[in-house]
Amino acid sequence: MSPFSLSWKNQTDRPLQMMLTLLLFGLGVGLIALLISLNTQLDEKFKNNLAGIDLVIGAKGSPLQMILSSMYHIDAPTGNISIQEVKPFLNPKHPLVKLAVPLSIGDSYKSHRIIGTTHRYVDSIFGATVGSGKLWEQTYEVTIGATVAKKRNLAIGDQFHSSHGFTDDGINTHDHGDGFKVVGILNPTNTVLDQLILTNTESIWAVHDHEAADKMPKEAAPEKEAGHDHNHDHEHNHEDDHNHDHDHEAHQHDPAPLAAARPLTDYPDKEITTLLVRYRNRKGFQALNMPRNINENTDLQAASPAIEMNRLYSIMGVGTDALETLAKIIVLVSGLSIFISLFSSLKDRKYELALMRVMGASKGYLFFLVVLEGLILAVLGYLLGLLLCHVGMTVLSGYLEDAYQYEFSGWRFFKEELYLLFGALGLGFFAALIPAFQAYQTDISETLTGN
Amino acid sequence: MLKTHQLEYTYPGKPPIRFPDIHCEKGSQWLLLGQSGSGKTTLLHLLGGLRKSQKGSVSIAGKDIKSLSSEALDKFRGKNVGIVFQQSHFIKALTVGQNLQLARTLAGNSSDPERIKSLLTRLNIGDKINNRTHRLSQGEQQRVAIARALVNSPGLILADEPTSALDDENCREVISLLESQAKIEGATLIIVTHDGRLKDFFEHKIILS
Repeated sequence: MSPFSLSWKNQTDRPLQMMLTLLLFGLGVGLIALLISLNTQLDEKFKNNLAGIDLVIGAKGSPLQMILSSMYHIDAPTGNISIQEVKPFLNPKHPLVKLAVPLSIGDSYKSHRIIGTTHRYVDSIFGATVGSGKLWEQTYEVTIGATVAKKRNLAIGDQFHSSHGFTDDGINTHDHGDGFKVVGILNPTNTVLDQLILTNTESIWAVHDHEAADKMPKEAAPEKEAGHDHNHDHEHNHEDDHNHDHDHEAHQHDPAPLAAARPLTDYPDKEITTLLVRYRNRKGFQALNMPRNINENTDLQAASPAIEMNRLYSIMGVGTDALETLAKIIVLVSGLSIFISLFSSLKDRKYELALMRVMGASKGYLFFLVVLEGLILAVLGYLLGLLLCHVGMTVLSGYLEDAYQYEFSGWRFFKEELYLLFGALGLGFFAALIPAFQAYQTDISETLTGN
Repeated sequence: MLKTHQLEYTYPGKPPIRFPDIHCEKGSQWLLLGQSGSGKTTLLHLLGGLRKSQKGSVSIAGKDIKSLSSEALDKFRGKNVGIVFQQSHFIKALTVGQNLQLARTLAGNSSDPERIKSLLTRLNIGDKINNRTHRLSQGEQQRVAIARALVNSPGLILADEPTSALDDENCREVISLLESQAKIEGATLIIVTHDGRLKDFFEHKIILS
């Protein structure tokens, strides 16, 4: 009979107490592992999606909101900007700007955002490749992210109608014309791109122009100027889109110029939502000054994704710290539960310990036996904890995907989980020390005579 | 086989207990009689190396057990001394067979399932090998305890009031088992008791006053 199987049998002989101890220990470990998994994956996703963008230029409002909406596609945009205003940055000869990619945001299909942009968004910003089909070319053609295709069961040639805004409430559907047509599906990138529907900027204008034409007579005129002052208000931002588009529509009413393949600068009075900028030299003095110049001298807002995200981390960090402290307390309590479990079981088994000494077990053997029991509990509790963590993460990933527009994996393992094993073993060992020492000191004769 | 010389034990704050010198030949069987408080159990613990005397010596199979280190004494006891207690205690989490197996491995022997099986059969409890010990009757438990004392084929078997909790029938049975099994194993047997029923079974007697 090996010490291990003896320890194991001693534990499993009291299944209820064992399960209680394991559950408590597993909860502590699981909570910590969950925090690690969540933190690491969030961190990773945010970093992946920085995608080498140095600056985002958009309408004035909250810079963080602008970053979240344009980079991570979480929040609503701050508003729209006219192409006239950003024309200089779109000039390929701009001394500081190496790459400027326009984004038009505001519509969605079943909670996936439809982004009006250029091909550079796919190849230069995310370095993504087309899995099947092709990138959009004509107005109303879309290329969709891998997750969109999978989750919405969309294939090349499928058509759908977009809805206004980002919620899928079926109220604001643009139910006109043929709708969008899928011409390509991107390979998975493990970035927010997987969740997006991409088309050209003209398509976004076209959808709203079309709609505006229908509604124009009663709405367009009175609300025309409302937009500029309401940049902070999400609800109104959508209205802004409308109003301005109505405006143009009223005057132009001509779909012909929307044909693809003309540079955006040909439409100075049209609007986009933001411009993603990559510098030629991001350490250059002029590049460092560029955001401030924009913010102080124009009606535009420029913000650095890295700076804004760091700001967000420092805010969120407090909550994570609190959770981590909570998890640590739970682990300590669960360590205590191992201690109590061993301590009380040894009280009942005092006579057994003396008996084992009679049968030839040394003091050290008894010490080892009890430590082994602590370690067995710790390892099992750890395994239970990991199981809880990964099952929990899988369940949680469903909610998180809706909230953050990313896929989270419940079955990814991190090296921190290995460290956690050492932590659990250490805790099991320390919890077992006092009971083990007690077992070590068992006086055979006194115990057997009942003194 | 077993020899004591001027053995003396003092509990703190009490007068010392002096024990008569004992000399038991190999294979002999002894009854150690005395009133409660006469130090019977103390003597048994001294003989089994469960307690160390302040004065005098105990030697088993020619070995002075006071000269052994704590760990060596544990091993020595496991191999050479089998002890049956008044109340049979076992490792609760283990079955009858596993308890005997543990006794063998703790003494440093191989687990030898054949030996365990034949021993239990000899003691008429062969069918209980996979039972948990607390499911057995008192008489059965005492037999398992005897099997455990015998399982390592020790040269010395000590029994501390093995019959006091048993009725007449079980008492007779346990004593005759101890007697016959010790004989089969060629072990020296010492039974500590104040149980008058045993007086007539053994010719060698040590009387403590």
